[in-house]
Amino acid sequence: MEELFRISYPVAAADYSSAGKASADIKRRLKQLGVGGDVLRRVAVASYEVELNLVIHSEGGELCLTVFPGAVQLVSSDVGPGIPDLDMAMREGYSTANEEARSLGFGAGMGLPNMKRNSDEFDIKSKVGTGTTITMRFNLSA
Amino acid sequence: MKVSELMSLIKARNLTGEVSTDKEVTCGYVCDLLSWVMAHGEEGMAWVTVQTHLNVVAVAALADMACVILPEDIVMEQESIDKANAESMCILSSPLKAYEICGLMSAQGIPANA
Repeated sequence: MEELFRISYPVAAADYSSAGKASADIKRRLKQLGVGGDVLRRVAVASYEVELNLVIHSEGGELCLTVFPGAVQLVSSDVGPGIPDLDMAMREGYSTANEEARSLGFGAGMGLPNMKRNSDEFDIKSKVGTGTTITMRFNLSA
Repeated sequence: MKVSELMSLIKARNLTGEVSTDKEVTCGYVCDLLSWVMAHGEEGMAWVTVQTHLNVVAVAALADMACVILPEDIVMEQESIDKANAESMCILSSPLKAYEICGLMSAQGIPANA
């Protein structure tokens, strides 16, 4: 499918003061492209959750937004540490967030389930020692 | 109910002077877990929380909320207020407890879901 627009954001590990910047920019750009309503809200929630997951859990990574004629795609990829048990990680209420993250109100164990709920297609691949890639698609025509 | 009317109801002051209080409040919520709020946040929501860091503003703005309400005269750090002003997100501080704020909003007919 023809790409209309693509932009990547580097996301640093444990940088809580910058967390949410990529998501805010993604929301602003999609608005400019005429995306609105329910889809915009779902992309905003999912992008924030995945950005925060990179900050809280990863050793650093990247969030990439691609816009196609009928869909928006978000891909998060990191350089580790990888998720040992994906089934547990996908469970609502299960979290491995550290004390710092919890003190800021994160670590409710809602991140991955929220992403899955808000996207039309959700795929997660993870390998311990290598990293995690999450791909989400949102249909614009729906 | 507009944010300005909500302010008189809960005796709140606006910490974000640059932001309009003309937005319509469509529903109310109270929670301090940000991921939980992300899952349940709605457009026009008045969100009561004791959290004051930068990510509160990000969550409220991403969900297009009407305002954030800090109970018990909690003050937000300047960095967060600057971000809220930049994102046009209204931050209110009320002397009342979260329980009282929610009770007043509910009695005035503000629902849990828009």
